[in-house]
Amino acid sequence: MTSTIVTLKVNQTAKRLDRIAKNVIFGVSLVSISIILLILIFTFKEAKDVFFVASVREEVLPTLLGTNWQPVSDSPKYGIIPLLIGTIKTTLIAMVIAVPIGVLSALYSVMFAPKWTKEVLKPAVELVAGLPSVVIGFFALVVLSGWLQALTGSPFRLNALVGGVAISLTAIPIIFTISEEALSAVPQSMKEASYALGATEWETAFYVVLPAAYPGIFAGVLLGLGRAFGETLIVLMATGNAAITSWSLLDSTRTLTATIGAEMAEVVFGDPHYNVLFLIGTFLFLFSMVLNLTAEFYVKAKLLKKFRGE
Amino acid sequence: MQRIPYAYSLILVLLLGACAPDEERPITVRGSDTMVAIGQKWAEIYMQKFPEATIQVNGGGSGTGISALINRIADICQSSRPMKKRERDIIKAKYGRDVIEIPVAKDGIVIYVHETNPLSEISIAQMKAIYTGKIKNWKELGWEDQSIVIYGRENSSGTYEFFKKRVLDGDDFDSRVQTLPGTGAIANAVAQDKYAIGYGGIAYSRGIKFLAAKETDDSPAVVASELTVANNSYPVSRDLYFYLVKEPQGRTKAFIEWVLSDEGQSLAVEEGYFPVRPLDHLRSETVSTK
Repeated sequence: MTSTIVTLKVNQTAKRLDRIAKNVIFGVSLVSISIILLILIFTFKEAKDVFFVASVREEVLPTLLGTNWQPVSDSPKYGIIPLLIGTIKTTLIAMVIAVPIGVLSALYSVMFAPKWTKEVLKPAVELVAGLPSVVIGFFALVVLSGWLQALTGSPFRLNALVGGVAISLTAIPIIFTISEEALSAVPQSMKEASYALGATEWETAFYVVLPAAYPGIFAGVLLGLGRAFGETLIVLMATGNAAITSWSLLDSTRTLTATIGAEMAEVVFGDPHYNVLFLIGTFLFLFSMVLNLTAEFYVKAKLLKKFRGE
Repeated sequence: MQRIPYAYSLILVLLLGACAPDEERPITVRGSDTMVAIGQKWAEIYMQKFPEATIQVNGGGSGTGISALINRIADICQSSRPMKKRERDIIKAKYGRDVIEIPVAKDGIVIYVHETNPLSEISIAQMKAIYTGKIKNWKELGWEDQSIVIYGRENSSGTYEFFKKRVLDGDDFDSRVQTLPGTGAIANAVAQDKYAIGYGGIAYSRGIKFLAAKETDDSPAVVASELTVANNSYPVSRDLYFYLVKEPQGRTKAFIEWVLSDEGQSLAVEEGYFPVRPLDHLRSETVSTK
């Protein structure tokens, strides 16, 4: 009789503790979500004058989709096209380099590497991820730019190619790590079935494991893309920052992020220029949110389905 | 129980600190990144001489400094550009008086080229033609048939605005101008680029040389030096300012007077800037012209 009561009491205390812990954790996660939401609201609040205040609208909107970025001028021009092209150029170069290297080295690590190589490879790649981007940027500015100029013979030492190659160094670890996880998660039974059918290691890796892990790899690529797209310091240091509307990879280029990084410090508070910088910020925020959400949901939906064999 | 008196005394100290008269508060200086180094040098030497004074110097940009001044977070704002009308209006509305502007040093903007470049002088009209994209090739300036690689400052910098106003007459920079953060970065880039040109403060770097500047195509070329900048014979120089929202008093006043003294001005020279007036020991130097 007494023992039942004690158990009941213990149960109640445990339940209460449970509830408290649950609420605390819920509260904490709510805080992080609301911080993100507040950042978005704040950023848009500073940008909204572009649409809602007539004088700012008249100054900004006619030139916003133009090819001329001259925000500090007697007749300011806020054309974001050259900046958009700059971002697309550097991001594409970075991805063209980072995706094959990241995915293939992950495949090597999971399928072919002897144990000791694996033990060296993983921490080494993670070490690159830990490099501050200012260090990579400086390396690009001082060393890489010289090499690439000697290689390409470009008249401009700092250009989109230098920036893209340097950014790829930050995207590779992300793509590698996530792809590696996805590849490791491919069930052993699948590989064994492949071997049983007479496939070689190589065929198993490329035709069975790689396609099976595809959604996870895709998510890794999207996150790497987000990183490349949002990189600021490296492009600020390595691309020369000239706002030219040109698709040539050997021309100096100015990205959206570098523009904010370079101009925010001294912009006149409340000026249309200030609003436009925040508008660019809002755009970057939304874009990376879409990327992350796609990566998240796509993987959840596809990868799990695939492994369950549906 | 023992802790309570301690806590009270702590609160008391904080309160006292908060309502201490102006005399005992540290003087806070904020603003231009260009001027951080010189501001900190002034503060350091001044505090060595007058240990009772405390001066805090922060950068962040001229714009940041001006908004700090408007919100009374700073006593003095260092700015490498004259204040904009919009900003002056805000101060007038908030404090009922015009902002106080004190030029405290001068900055000479020089043109850098690679050391192997045969050019030794350049006129303002030529600078303008290069930076607005009318002259694209070194051939037009009598050198090899190579396109000019143009470096400049970010549009957030006071140097950019000054150069645009003084040299380009307010015209827009060519979009091919590559912008780098800081004078040091530009000097470094020009040193590595044989066909490059750049502008900025006097920054010494191996591999670059400074061009003498000419007001018009036929005026004498003047090399930037302490004397030529201070007496305005070097054509491309600007003032660096302290801004205040109220009449300086007590320690703030003493500090500003010291900055403007020969001693403060010589420190500016040591940091690579120029005095607001020719200093006595410089008067004997001759203008070097070519």
